[in-house]
Amino acid sequence: MSTALFFMRLRGILRKEFLQILRDPSSIALALVMPMVLLFIFGYGVTLDAEYIPVAVVAEDNGNGSSQLLQRFELSQNFVVTRVATMAEAEQLLNVRRVDGIIHLRENFSAKVAGGAGGQVQVIVNGVDANRARLIQGYVRTVAGKWFDVRTGEGLAMVGVPVSIAQRVWFNEEVESRNFMVPGLITLIMTLIGILLTALVVAREWERGTMEAMLVTPLRRIDILLGKIIPYYLLGMVGMGLSVAVAVLIFGVPFRGSFGALFVLSSLFMLASLGFGLLLSAAIRIQFVAAQISIVAGFLPAFFLSGLIFDLESTPAVIRIVSHIVPARYFVSISHTLFMAGDVWEVLLPDGLMLGFMAIFFITLAYRKITKRLEG
Amino acid sequence: MMDGDLLAASEKVQCDPVLEICGLHKEFVAKNKKIVHALQDVRVKAMRGRVTGLVGADGAGKTTMIRIAAGLLVPTSGSVTVLGLDSVTQTLKVQSAVGYMPQKFGLYQDLSVSENMDLYADLQGVPRAERPKRYDRLLQMTSLAAYTRRKAGALSGGMKQKLGLACALIKSPGILLLDEPTVGVDPVSRRELWKIVYELVEKDNIGVFVSTSYLDEAARCDHVVVLHQGQVLLEGAPREFMTKMRGRVFEVAAVSAKSVRRLYAELAAESGVVDVTIRSGKVRVVTEKEKQPGIGFLVPEKRAIKPVEPSFEDAFMAMIPGSGHHFRQELGGRNLADVPDGQDDAVVTTQNLQKVFGGFTAVKDLSFTVNRGEIFGLLGPNGAGKSTTFRMLCGLLPASGGKISVAGYDLHRSRARARARLGYMAQQFSLYGQLSVKENLRFFGKAYGLNNSRLEHRIRWAYDEFGLKQWQDKMAASLPGGYKQRLAMAAALLHEPDILFLDEPTSGVDPFARREFWLRINGFAQQGVTVVVTTHFMEEAEYCDRMLIMSQGETLAMGSPAKIRELACSPDNPEPTMDDAFIALADGAVNMDGGTGKKASPEEQRS
Repeated sequence: MSTALFFMRLRGILRKEFLQILRDPSSIALALVMPMVLLFIFGYGVTLDAEYIPVAVVAEDNGNGSSQLLQRFELSQNFVVTRVATMAEAEQLLNVRRVDGIIHLRENFSAKVAGGAGGQVQVIVNGVDANRARLIQGYVRTVAGKWFDVRTGEGLAMVGVPVSIAQRVWFNEEVESRNFMVPGLITLIMTLIGILLTALVVAREWERGTMEAMLVTPLRRIDILLGKIIPYYLLGMVGMGLSVAVAVLIFGVPFRGSFGALFVLSSLFMLASLGFGLLLSAAIRIQFVAAQISIVAGFLPAFFLSGLIFDLESTPAVIRIVSHIVPARYFVSISHTLFMAGDVWEVLLPDGLMLGFMAIFFITLAYRKITKRLEG
Repeated sequence: MMDGDLLAASEKVQCDPVLEICGLHKEFVAKNKKIVHALQDVRVKAMRGRVTGLVGADGAGKTTMIRIAAGLLVPTSGSVTVLGLDSVTQTLKVQSAVGYMPQKFGLYQDLSVSENMDLYADLQGVPRAERPKRYDRLLQMTSLAAYTRRKAGALSGGMKQKLGLACALIKSPGILLLDEPTVGVDPVSRRELWKIVYELVEKDNIGVFVSTSYLDEAARCDHVVVLHQGQVLLEGAPREFMTKMRGRVFEVAAVSAKSVRRLYAELAAESGVVDVTIRSGKVRVVTEKEKQPGIGFLVPEKRAIKPVEPSFEDAFMAMIPGSGHHFRQELGGRNLADVPDGQDDAVVTTQNLQKVFGGFTAVKDLSFTVNRGEIFGLLGPNGAGKSTTFRMLCGLLPASGGKISVAGYDLHRSRARARARLGYMAQQFSLYGQLSVKENLRFFGKAYGLNNSRLEHRIRWAYDEFGLKQWQDKMAASLPGGYKQRLAMAAALLHEPDILFLDEPTSGVDPFARREFWLRINGFAQQGVTVVVTTHFMEEAEYCDRMLIMSQGETLAMGSPAKIRELACSPDNPEPTMDDAFIALADGAVNMDGGTGKKASPEEQRS
């Protein structure tokens, strides 16, 4: 009899929640539209690659070698080349930030190369953005290196290097940073959505006075918990599926894992986020505050401590320890593995276990914090 | 019911309490760590088959008490037993046996009427087989049967309230807890709700525990508990309270309609007077003791005085300690002049005013005039379009159609100049909580462009007029409600406007502050300030010279209080109240056309 009543209550509360989701566009907008918008903004906007870097080229040498090399720079997608006659002009361009770097070939460049003495390419970069500076250095080296390789192949140049490095990139063969960013962004976005869904919906019930009426019915605490977790888990997973579809179909990110693994692991991740949102909602009864706290307590730690943007290996030990309680950290690792490497259970299993542990931890804490009284 | 039956019934219910509160204390810890004693040593019983009313001013502890009974709050000490169950240790059992309607009704706006009912039936575990019968009865009782598929959010205030009640009654509870069920609902719906409640009490023999701040509703209860500052002041049958007041309540008629307000102010200044109000065009006076010989107005030849039957409100006002003092403090030394006659120049005029929000017409074809020195009331239930009209008058909201002129300026063209002549007090008082009283006044004065010497002069005036001097360095947020209202009004009056717009100044303010407020407004009007005021308390219309009753954006009636009341005059009800008039108007039983045989012409509107 008591289980029949339990299912009657659960059915009632679930049906209410689903009707609300269907009729109030705000939850659908939050779960489905917002991830899409964020994914497109970040997916196209946030990239770690640099293309069309403006550089000035000063060629004091008119020889065969230097013009060949310069052509390669001009044809490269990475650079937009401005030729200037003197170093002074080039420096001026760098000072006013019209260019981000200077490529300088001295007058005896072609002769030295031809003579086997090894030509020198001087590269000056604007180091204000250290990351970008390193990228420019790398690209110059790549372009110049390819040119040397070609010349070696043609027998035109002596190679002074006894060992050649055969480079091969695994998992992300095109070294496309988007393949790395998009799965990570899905993690960040779904962290925010998961927390917001539960935190906002509960705060809305307080604001509209419906929570008070709910509390005076014979609802058990478990009913309240399930009534919020089940519908928003399903809604959140639809958002997650949509994000993965966009990543693969529109951004062209490879997906090498199995969908079964993705489903199970992202479920755990979603439950951890929803649980965290419910935990917040126990203390917050105003939607506006709930949204703010969700961003500060949920999104920002995920952003900084998930290892997506900032490499956790190079952060101080304290921060590395703190990062272990951020669910996004594990899911960033999981999504990178699933998208680019495949079902590598040695990575997925420990991360999945941690997520499962966190989901249980947050949901249990939320359950204990749910109260049927108006005071805490 | 015969007297004998009543006696038998009362003996039966005496031994069957549905709610027993014993030695109840409730403390809250405020933000500044101070302990607030919300309820102290409260002992209350509510019986089966009876309606027990809980009355008191705002902050008296009514809501706290209902919430404790519903198991939403835990008492600091004392015991609360609901239907024989302890509200703290057996909360879930209590909650499956009570029906509770919170102040906001607890409805899901996106769900339809029947979906809301299904939800509460599921939560309360009402067996599926019993539902059709139960639903039929509730829908028929609340007259919602035709609206089962409409979303709760699209219902009118009165219908929402009835749906809230239906949801609270879904499982035929043993006790029904209602927390201020009729706040902001029109008089028609209020009456219907009480009819439903009494039907339930009679047929199902349940107990009802209801809090209310409407004193006329308290008079309908079988038993009333008066709360004052968290303590039970008195309890008993309303009739007992009223009987004790015999010989202390009088009606004084004024010589002419114009002098009612002056008479009202004069009587309020008398010592030995506990309460003065304007009711049905006459001044109603409650005295401290029976037939006090010292009171001047009781000398019969001076004025037409008639002892009248006391109401519960009279009893309530007499019960609360020190209520008479307010009046005399307010009126110390103010000169009282008759309403200046013959000033029929229009200060506010609207013509065919309209406001459309998307596809929804909030205000339809509204035309009226307000004359200098008049108190003009804009009345109607929540959602009638009062606030929208008001915002258009103050130039805060552009009109969709029609003309408005304020203080001789066309609001379309010279909004700024018109604004300098008007003072506006918004519903939420718009004060800066973190600034002191003095700083608030300085800010508002500067905002209206007062120079330093004039500003200092006006601030001194505000201190005297509103008794704010001793509060000048206190933060506005820390003031008691009544003083916040005074400060807001002082801020609106600093630049000596000709016209004062007050939007719901008395909502959420207790009966005492409301009385003070009307006395003060009365004073300003006598000094020639024009006052336009909105309210959803129908009885406050009596303080207005003229008024406009709105419902769903349309004009129901306009005219002096006496004229409006006349509309509802019938052989059954020779002396109708404002509520009666509203109900008759809303029913469509009478209208301005029917009353006069033709549409009110501009000449009539001005008379």
